[in-house]
Amino acid sequence: MTASIISVMFTAVISQNIVLSQYQGICPFLGVSKKMSSAAGMGFAVIFVMAIASLFCWPIYNYILLPLGIDYLYTMAFILVIASLVQLLEMILKRFSPTLYSALGVYLPLITTNCAILGTANSAIVFNSYNFVYTFAASVATGVGFLLAIVLLAGVRLKTDKADIPKCFKGFPITLVAAAIMAMAFAGFSGILA
Amino acid sequence: MDKQKIKETVLGGLIKNNPTFVLVLGTCPTIAMTTTLFQAFAMGLATTFVLIFSNLFVSLLRNIIPDKVRIPCYIVIISTFVIIVQMVMRRFLPDLYSTMQAFIALIVVNCIILARAESFASCNRPLYSMLDGVSMGLGFTGALCLIGIVREFLAGGSFAGFAIPGFPTMSGAGASAFGFIVFGCMMALFNFVIQKIGERKEKLKKASLPLSDGTVHSAAEEVAK
Repeated sequence: MTASIISVMFTAVISQNIVLSQYQGICPFLGVSKKMSSAAGMGFAVIFVMAIASLFCWPIYNYILLPLGIDYLYTMAFILVIASLVQLLEMILKRFSPTLYSALGVYLPLITTNCAILGTANSAIVFNSYNFVYTFAASVATGVGFLLAIVLLAGVRLKTDKADIPKCFKGFPITLVAAAIMAMAFAGFSGILA
Repeated sequence: MDKQKIKETVLGGLIKNNPTFVLVLGTCPTIAMTTTLFQAFAMGLATTFVLIFSNLFVSLLRNIIPDKVRIPCYIVIISTFVIIVQMVMRRFLPDLYSTMQAFIALIVVNCIILARAESFASCNRPLYSMLDGVSMGLGFTGALCLIGIVREFLAGGSFAGFAIPGFPTMSGAGASAFGFIVFGCMMALFNFVIQKIGERKEKLKKASLPLSDGTVHSAAEEVAK
């Protein structure tokens, strides 16, 4: 079991990276990667919310929605969990850890519309029907993969922002091309674990 | 209804505030669901449907929803329509649904829909909001289809599922990296065209104004050439 958990986690972080090969969470990946510090803050916030959301969503799906036969409502249930979790997290952080709160700042409410979080909950719990431990492991690893991708992209953008490129490529287009090259590099890891 | 406002709303969604190329919202389906033209078109239509009806209902309820809990309310409205799309697609297009189910569910968190609910539908009348939904949705669908055409052509040498004889296929062009590259280049192209049109308009405007000494600038002729 330990070995397969490790393989699930490795796949989620590197070879099936949530952003670069699953195409989820691209909006914050492009939008919040201008500065290294904000990219890292966003990455950690995503890991945190993703992990806790999986702890709530798994029991809700398996003990409430499935027995009642209303599992088609999973999208609504999960997004409400995530939205309220983000609100709760905002209040808790504001009260107990003002430093972390101000570090995450505006990125906290943005996490609600990060499709990587809902996407991970959907795919781990509903599409793959992982058990509780696997779901948690996959969620944490997916978050780590997001952090890795966004921090790497922030590093690349420090260079591309200064580069002398055609005007129409400035901003998002060149960032997308850089992300494409990163995606090719990450695709090279697929097949390491069978 | 005011004609000027209708025109602004429609053109805004299609070109000036195009959700994909200008606002850069909802990028996940733009890259994930554009490997073929058909898939891109289906994704665009599904999003448009949700966008129109969520805009309508947010606008109808805009005086009832309290400001503090508006985001959860919008999300409930949006996810209701997403569930409707899911059920209809699963019943009538089961093959297509099985390849798209991950991203159909993610329409709930598509930032275009929440952004339009927040910035347009919450402060405009229902009919305008629906119109905004239509034009934003069509702008999104159009952009997706353009990217879909390019990617399908590069990857399979085909157009809308029909092979074009004489064009080689490129293995790996359907892969993730290509989505990013094609999207980036299309956005650059869009920027380029908009920029050129802007420059042209500027020149024409200058040309039509008489100079201080009364002679008309000859730039109009230059542009005409």
